[in-house]
Amino acid sequence: MSAPNAINPPAETSSGRMILVMGAVGLAASLLLVGTYRLTAPRIAANRAAYLQASLSSVVDGADRFVALIPGEAGWVSGEDVPGGSRVFFGYAQDSLVGLAVEAAGQGYQDIIRILYGFDVTCGCVVGMTVLESKETPGLGDKIEKDPVFLANFKRLVVRQEGEPVSPVLVPRGQKTQDWEIDAISGATVSSQAITDILAASTPGLLDALERLGQPAPPVDSPAEDTP
Amino acid sequence: MSPAASEPATTVFSRGLWKDNPVFVQVLGMCPVLAVTNTVMNSLVMGLATSFVLVASAIIVSLSRRVIPKQVRIASYILIIATFVTMADYIIQAVSLEIHRALGAFISLIVVNCIILGRAEAFSSRNPVFRSVMDAVGMGAGFTVAIVALGTIRELLGSGTWMGLPVFGPSFEPWVVMVLPGGAFFVLGLLLLLVNLIGVEK
Repeated sequence: MSAPNAINPPAETSSGRMILVMGAVGLAASLLLVGTYRLTAPRIAANRAAYLQASLSSVVDGADRFVALIPGEAGWVSGEDVPGGSRVFFGYAQDSLVGLAVEAAGQGYQDIIRILYGFDVTCGCVVGMTVLESKETPGLGDKIEKDPVFLANFKRLVVRQEGEPVSPVLVPRGQKTQDWEIDAISGATVSSQAITDILAASTPGLLDALERLGQPAPPVDSPAEDTP
Repeated sequence: MSPAASEPATTVFSRGLWKDNPVFVQVLGMCPVLAVTNTVMNSLVMGLATSFVLVASAIIVSLSRRVIPKQVRIASYILIIATFVTMADYIIQAVSLEIHRALGAFISLIVVNCIILGRAEAFSSRNPVFRSVMDAVGMGAGFTVAIVALGTIRELLGSGTWMGLPVFGPSFEPWVVMVLPGGAFFVLGLLLLLVNLIGVEK
């Protein structure tokens, strides 16, 4: 093993040279990063848009376009440039509203879970749920993303009854008897509870916004006019 | 650790694959080895990303070995490695958002994978470019083979699938422990035992 550096200490180097070399390495690093970012940014944005679109379509059936809005003081305002987290996507088929997809988030077992749920204004119920981001335990908590029985809870989960908000309640697997109850996942109770809590925290705000602001006017331009 | 300069390039390459395998012999980079090997795809992408960073940083470190003063070499190496890790992060996001989501923070953590800084300090900073690349490719391949082996065993037993394709049929009851962190320790321990039984020189 030859280790000349251990025997001979490094020669004296001026601070100026060290700063110069570090600066040059830093500059080269920034140029490489900017170049890679510029090359990959369009593809990353397209991937994110495709992922969001697929998620939206999975929770709202039949919509051919979605408009992202957030509730404001006096009305719905555009949520297109708002970072994800609290947007409400109104899904339209032609000019008629077919459903809403709502972003929501809350603490899971490992980290924050971000979900998107579909909401039917007519029946006042959740009609679909998909997990946008989660770090739940593989094999256990991540069943909230794929367990068919658990996901079936969200085909028609009542969150409004006789005009009043109803909080979803988690029940042990197989004991669901009411439309607002959610069948838990055995072995992943904390993650199941997290989804229940996220919905319980998000739906009253949505119902309040819909009651206060009503439904927004359908978008003026139809999808056919969007295409050049 | 630094080999004799006369060692043929093929030997430099093959050391990383077997004799000095970073996972089974040096037992380095355990954080991704234990954390992301729950599926073969995650393991493969992590192995390729780490190999990319190893090779790219080996080239730059070797090229600049006479320019970077010894006093600031570690800071410079970390900066070089972090740059390539960030590039790998962007590239993975551009290729598949789903895999990027599955790997999560572990892509960024490649920066602190001691295999990479270890090879930069012990080999690339003292050897010409070609030999450094051979060493990095060997170490990257050794790391990738090792974590894909772990991923294969864990996915087969923990999910009954390989690369997402069903292997054992619907009657198979998955061993949940295999996809949990504990399963990674069991499989790593068994593989280390196996490699030592076969007779890798320490």
